[in-house]
Amino acid sequence: MKRMMGLALAALLMASGAARAEGEIKVGEINSYSALPGFTDPYRKGMELALKEINDAGGIKGKKLVIISKDDGGKPGDALTAANELVSRDGVVMIAGGFLSNVGLALSDFAKQKKVMYLASEPLTDALVWSKGNPYTFRLRTSNYMQAAMLAEEAAKLPAKRWATIAPNYEFGQSFVAAFKDLLKKRRPDVEFVAEQWPPLNKIDAGPVLQAIDAANPDAILNATFAGDLVKLVREGNTRGVFKNRAVVSYLTGEPEYLDPLKGETPEGWIVTGYPWYSIDTPEHKAFLDAYQQLNKDYPRLGSIVGYSTVKSIAAVLNATDDHSNEGLVKAMKNLKVSTPFGEIVYRGADHQSTLGAFVGKTALKDGKGIMVDVVFKKGADYLPSEDDAAKMRPAN
Amino acid sequence: MDFLLIQALSGLASAASLFLVASGLSIIFGVTRIVNFAHGAFYMLGAYVAFTLTDRFAGPLGFWGGLLVASLVVAALGALMEMVLLRRIYQAPELFQLLATFGVTLMVQDLVVLIWGPDDLMGPRAPGLSGAFSLFGRLVPSYDILLILLGPAVLGLLWLLFHRTRWGVLVRAATQDREMVASLGVNQKWLFTSVFALGVFLAALGGALQIPRTTVTHYMDLSIIVEVFVVVVIGGLGSVTGAFIAAVLVSELNAFGILVLPKISMITVFLVMAVVLVVRPWGLFGKPDAAPRASAGISVRPWKPMSVLERSGVALVVLLAALLPLVSGSYALSVGSEILVFVLFAASLHFMMTVGGLSSFGHAAYFGLGAYGAAFAVTYFGAPMEAALLLGPLLGLAGAVLFGWFCVRLSGVYFAMLTLAFAQITWSVAFQWVEVTGGDNGILGIWPSAWASTPQGFYWLTLAVVVVGVALLRMLVFSPFGFGLRAARDSALRAEAIGIDGKRTQWAAFMVAGTFAGIAGALFAFLKGSVFPETLAIPMSVDGLVMVLLGGIETVSGAVVGAVVYKALAIWLMSQTELSKLVLGGIIVLLVVAFPKGIVGFLEDWRHRRPPAPNGAGPKAAGKAATEAAPVGIAKLEAAR
Repeated sequence: MKRMMGLALAALLMASGAARAEGEIKVGEINSYSALPGFTDPYRKGMELALKEINDAGGIKGKKLVIISKDDGGKPGDALTAANELVSRDGVVMIAGGFLSNVGLALSDFAKQKKVMYLASEPLTDALVWSKGNPYTFRLRTSNYMQAAMLAEEAAKLPAKRWATIAPNYEFGQSFVAAFKDLLKKRRPDVEFVAEQWPPLNKIDAGPVLQAIDAANPDAILNATFAGDLVKLVREGNTRGVFKNRAVVSYLTGEPEYLDPLKGETPEGWIVTGYPWYSIDTPEHKAFLDAYQQLNKDYPRLGSIVGYSTVKSIAAVLNATDDHSNEGLVKAMKNLKVSTPFGEIVYRGADHQSTLGAFVGKTALKDGKGIMVDVVFKKGADYLPSEDDAAKMRPAN
Repeated sequence: MDFLLIQALSGLASAASLFLVASGLSIIFGVTRIVNFAHGAFYMLGAYVAFTLTDRFAGPLGFWGGLLVASLVVAALGALMEMVLLRRIYQAPELFQLLATFGVTLMVQDLVVLIWGPDDLMGPRAPGLSGAFSLFGRLVPSYDILLILLGPAVLGLLWLLFHRTRWGVLVRAATQDREMVASLGVNQKWLFTSVFALGVFLAALGGALQIPRTTVTHYMDLSIIVEVFVVVVIGGLGSVTGAFIAAVLVSELNAFGILVLPKISMITVFLVMAVVLVVRPWGLFGKPDAAPRASAGISVRPWKPMSVLERSGVALVVLLAALLPLVSGSYALSVGSEILVFVLFAASLHFMMTVGGLSSFGHAAYFGLGAYGAAFAVTYFGAPMEAALLLGPLLGLAGAVLFGWFCVRLSGVYFAMLTLAFAQITWSVAFQWVEVTGGDNGILGIWPSAWASTPQGFYWLTLAVVVVGVALLRMLVFSPFGFGLRAARDSALRAEAIGIDGKRTQWAAFMVAGTFAGIAGALFAFLKGSVFPETLAIPMSVDGLVMVLLGGIETVSGAVVGAVVYKALAIWLMSQTELSKLVLGGIIVLLVVAFPKGIVGFLEDWRHRRPPAPNGAGPKAAGKAATEAAPVGIAKLEAAR
């Protein structure tokens, strides 16, 4: 009897599931939920907000948008297993997500092989849209190169001539430093790079690293470490006075994810990219902020913007065409305009990079917390190579 | 010159934290022979608890008291783990405890996020030591000086403890000969628990002392555990002084190494370990193992080739597996292929560990080399899949030939750690040699030939390769070579006396295992379509170990079952929940307690169970003795009877 009840219940569930599936569009999403909860937690909240807004407003032409999220554990291999499940079992129309660059590249190659569109939300590597770009992969986040260009522009205004660099020893750090050096030298042929340090990710031995930098006596320091490494670096550097009388340009440090843990020890006057959610007064952002805080009782991080804009982009492309086949979506995605909390962005047709911009400002202390001041929003389109030049960097497919 | 002195001081400060954690691990290993994988987890817990306490109670008393109380709290947790979990499995085969502590580590990683939230937490600075003082015109943090002084102070206190107290004498005696101490009537139960608690206390203190320097994060356990193992091994297992010297050596080499080669940090410790182990096989202060007692458990039930009935059973299972594509979808098939790849990987490791008695902690090296070999063949020579599958494993073989030659000179944990060092060096070459390997961005576009590009096609290909591979490995076990290998494992002296060249035989086994791992790696490359350094990394090696141990280290083909269970569970949990580590860790712990000989080991015991003898001997009773936590030595003797 019990078994009969169970079967009946299962049948009922399946029937209702099938009925619901009629009016659904499924999209797959993959991120490092268990490995990087500091980023993915606000990211997911941003996604949920956007999803709620879209479905409350009637979904995609009357159909409900459903996002199936999977964890990749921070490993490309596991991300591919998840992508496979989403595409072959859950039958999603496209996939999105990713935080780590190698996960993004693995997924983009999967997209190319299985002919399914992939929208990379967070991976920063330039290879994703340029040297290893492919027809099926698009990227939302302001890339390494774009943020390097924004920071190099500010760095060029400094009197500093002798520069030292500290970056985590993997592709993200290497390509960022290379792009920054290149762009700064173009603006300022007189600068020289006198020292470099490449601590392994999450394992910086900050004391010796900073002493080595200090010994080269640079005028300015470029930093690309983040999270736990950044805190070690800042604490050790503050105590040792390594940052005193030196300009510091620091990548990503203004993002609340990385700035907030520094609390009262935030160094002042660093030039950073980031997300000053407290001082952006555009109407788009205000609307986002209010809705976010109403839903979550917490302030947004940059991850929230990425999650929110990812889902908005997904909805925009699904709305833009009725042809939800892979080819149809890729065609619709090119030159697609999407409105985000940072204003309208365009997914460029030539290299599939969005024109999402970034905020550049200086760090300061307020009420024992780190904030960004003198904030300027830099439009992504101004810091990208022209579409013709960008297209030349992509492999011929 | 001044600068070099300051750099040396910075190095010493880093050495202090490394030493605290390493000394704890060394003491635990010395006495209990447990490779405590959870040591990093306790280090992390120490930092988290200390954060909570120092955050709540401000002021000098709150801070220093907080650090101490946090370490004591975590030590109590460690003692609890020892009593509830490890006591049940001391009789299990060597290394099995590693599996239990690995399960705990997985659980703790998710638990700290559940308890303390996902954000990085920054604790207060040390009251009175937040500043710096000037030395030769450069600033040195005062807290560094505390750490620099703390290292030798702890070393001194430990020395006093071990040389001037009765407890310490017992601990040293147990480090030298556990069985003898047990025979003399010392209550080993409490000796082990107290030693474990002391070791965990030192780990937690090491973690707690970090809070004025860094943030507390849920991944700080991983950032230290491997380095700590390496330091312990360089110093010599069980030697606290050795751990101290090794910590200083490693930290100083790192501090000065980065001045010359800024990218060296990634592999400093492993390079040092490889050099030390090649020159001094038992570490700087370690002593050669006393003539090892025969590992009793293994000889209880001699291995036999399968009977006709068993063969038919296996053939039926293979047939059913081959029919799978007719009924299941393509996702299930690609998961099936992945599981099969790991079956071969685990079987190759199992061959080396069980038949050869060589426990490798770095087996991923050969898996990854196979994967990279296949990727190179495709990318640089334009080879088709069929050729790449043949060429790829040759790179695994080449690695095994080279590294194996050094490794088989050692035995036991030293062997394991040297394999780890070579794996880590290989990993860092793949990671850093961006021009050739693509660095961490990997090599993309390694897709199968058209005929195997469907999930069905690739599944059948994988199944065929893996079935043949596992069958070959099994045949090797029962070949003259396999018998020679087992002879060298069980008694090096007797094997040599009858003319078996033990080292050469083991080296050959190393190559066999490396080649089969390489085949698995090459298949993996085509399954995923890309190759990343993760295929060479420590988690991959650990996965292999877990599969072997889960299946049962004393069995002939337990790894096959272990791999299927572990990989299927891992993939399924990953897809179902974001707390997959918590659940997987919990399941591993339960399995460890339920099946102390591994799944297949348990099944075999069950198949061969006899009515218990009146005196309670026999496999069944040994299992019961486990729950009563009988002293290790006695259980071993019983098993040997």
